[in-house]
Amino acid sequence: MNRAVSEAAPGRAELPGDAELPSSAALPDQLPSHLADAVSDESHLRRFLHGLPGVDPVGVEGRAAALATRSIKKASKLAAIDLAISMVDLTTLEGADTPGKVRSLAAKARRPDPDVPETPMVAAVCVYPDMVGTAVPALAGTGIGIASVATAFPSGRSSLAVKLADTRYAIEAGATEVDMVIDRGAFLAGNYGLVFDQIAAVRAECDRLGSGTRLKVILETGELATYDNVRRASWLALLAGGDFIKTSTGKISPAATLPVTHVMLQAVHDWHVQTGELRAVKPAGGIRNTKDAIRYLVAVHEVAGPQWLDPFLFRFGASSLLNDLVMQRRAQTQGHYSGPDYVTVD
Amino acid sequence: MAAKDSGRAAAGERVAVAKTYKLFIGGAFPRSESGRTYQVTDAKGGFAANAAQGSRKDARDAVVAARKAFGTWAGSTAYNRGQVIYRIAEMLEGRRAQFVELVTAGEGLTTSTAAAAVDAAIDRLVHYAGWTDKIASVLGSANPVAGPYFSFSTPEPTGVVAAAAPQDDSFLGLVSVIAPIITSGNTAVVVSSAARPLPAIAFAEVLATADLPAGVVNLLTGDAAEIMPHLAAHGDVNALDLTGCDAELRAALERAAAGTVKRVFAGRQPNFTAPPGTARLRAFLETKTVWHPTGAVALSGGGSY
Repeated sequence: MNRAVSEAAPGRAELPGDAELPSSAALPDQLPSHLADAVSDESHLRRFLHGLPGVDPVGVEGRAAALATRSIKKASKLAAIDLAISMVDLTTLEGADTPGKVRSLAAKARRPDPDVPETPMVAAVCVYPDMVGTAVPALAGTGIGIASVATAFPSGRSSLAVKLADTRYAIEAGATEVDMVIDRGAFLAGNYGLVFDQIAAVRAECDRLGSGTRLKVILETGELATYDNVRRASWLALLAGGDFIKTSTGKISPAATLPVTHVMLQAVHDWHVQTGELRAVKPAGGIRNTKDAIRYLVAVHEVAGPQWLDPFLFRFGASSLLNDLVMQRRAQTQGHYSGPDYVTVD
Repeated sequence: MAAKDSGRAAAGERVAVAKTYKLFIGGAFPRSESGRTYQVTDAKGGFAANAAQGSRKDARDAVVAARKAFGTWAGSTAYNRGQVIYRIAEMLEGRRAQFVELVTAGEGLTTSTAAAAVDAAIDRLVHYAGWTDKIASVLGSANPVAGPYFSFSTPEPTGVVAAAAPQDDSFLGLVSVIAPIITSGNTAVVVSSAARPLPAIAFAEVLATADLPAGVVNLLTGDAAEIMPHLAAHGDVNALDLTGCDAELRAALERAAAGTVKRVFAGRQPNFTAPPGTARLRAFLETKTVWHPTGAVALSGGGSY
């Protein structure tokens, strides 16, 4: 793993450059010194998060809007649609979910367009922990990930023991990815240490139970109020060991927006510059059509970089998006518009 | 608009306001996605107004709006649909003079002929307003079957209908095309006459204020030969009305429609003044047949096929 070139990162020059080697904690021995320093205790963490440069809201919204006007056509559009399909975390998180619904969702994940078998498979399905056991046999041998929300989703308001038990329940049932929620109340109260410890504990539980279980940290940006908070929460989650930073639960409006995703993509980009590690981003909720999805892909390319255009590093948390992607894919390949009569509507 | 002449006469120096009209999609009046406009001339070749030139993507947006409106419109009661269509006739009656003026200028008719056409269009709406709650009883049936069952065939709206309005008869023809489509609960995407779109746009302004739910009628101005092929091949359009297309275009559209097995109404109609039959109504209906066991109390076995 490459060591960071921290002075190359924007807004990082004022940080102390003393090369104090990290102590024995699990993560810091891979981190560059200023990041290792940030996680050494809560006051350092707070100083680090509040020392992050502020987000210019007008600027980030302007840039997001400007990039959203790019026109992607023909072969590029078809490639973008296929990439977007392969990035979908096909999601059902309803109280009314039944085993039958999860199985039909899994069938759709394997074959998004049964009439056109070359349509790519989605990246993962995302369900509640009690439905993981239903999804596992339905997806066996496909390579499609099984993501499960955990840690008292969607509010995150429970004890650490319950959150860890929830995580364990999901992983033992066969989840390969865990979508945890942060404690927004603690974050907004400035109790960053608590949030960090909870993410790190869930991270440790994932590592203990299943090697390679990927942890998505849901920031629920709709409740964080400001872009500055989104940036702080993104760094907090990255420092604590989240593989993904995810915008939303999908239960709160606004869910994913382009400017918020910009801020999070900047965070993973800067993380890569400073640590050499590639972390992933997942916008979730509110992305319903192909046009929106392609706008996100343009943002990924321009803000994070071309190497993030990969299902390992970028996902869409969505349910109805896949229908529209499949319809638009048909429109591209068949030369005329398709309709909902021709795709499965879940 | 044609009002410029009277305005000039009254004020001497007044410069007439040249209007640029827009499309009517989903209850709103957007510009064409393509940004294109074209000049509309009156029957004598003078400038009348600018109209938006609808494109493929406008047609796509209109289909989305029509599909969204279909459930509510088809699900509303026949009585309610009749009231709404009657309300359109009421609104037109109030703006009768404007339409007479538009038709006179656009088609080069005498005022009395144009007035007769506008009156006929209003009467046609009243006619179809009366049809809404009679379709099932007139066009449906109770079928004699060889078994202890009631069997009813009942007509249902087919869905989204894409129509090309007549090129010459710009108002009465337009109303005669739209009214039977929406009477039975379908929603419509209509491409107006290319050379004479102004009565269609004025009619859109009437529809927008006449209790008609947004998206039930969507009006595109522009070239039917450019827009209709995309609608004919569209997977989310259920039927086509080719009234305003010439023979060559009809053939091409019918071929394009075959790929998605659309209902196609290709009836030519040179003259809209004659009383309408039921051909246009029947063209956009599907028949559902329901079987139910006879007997005072049916305990089981009911179902629809």
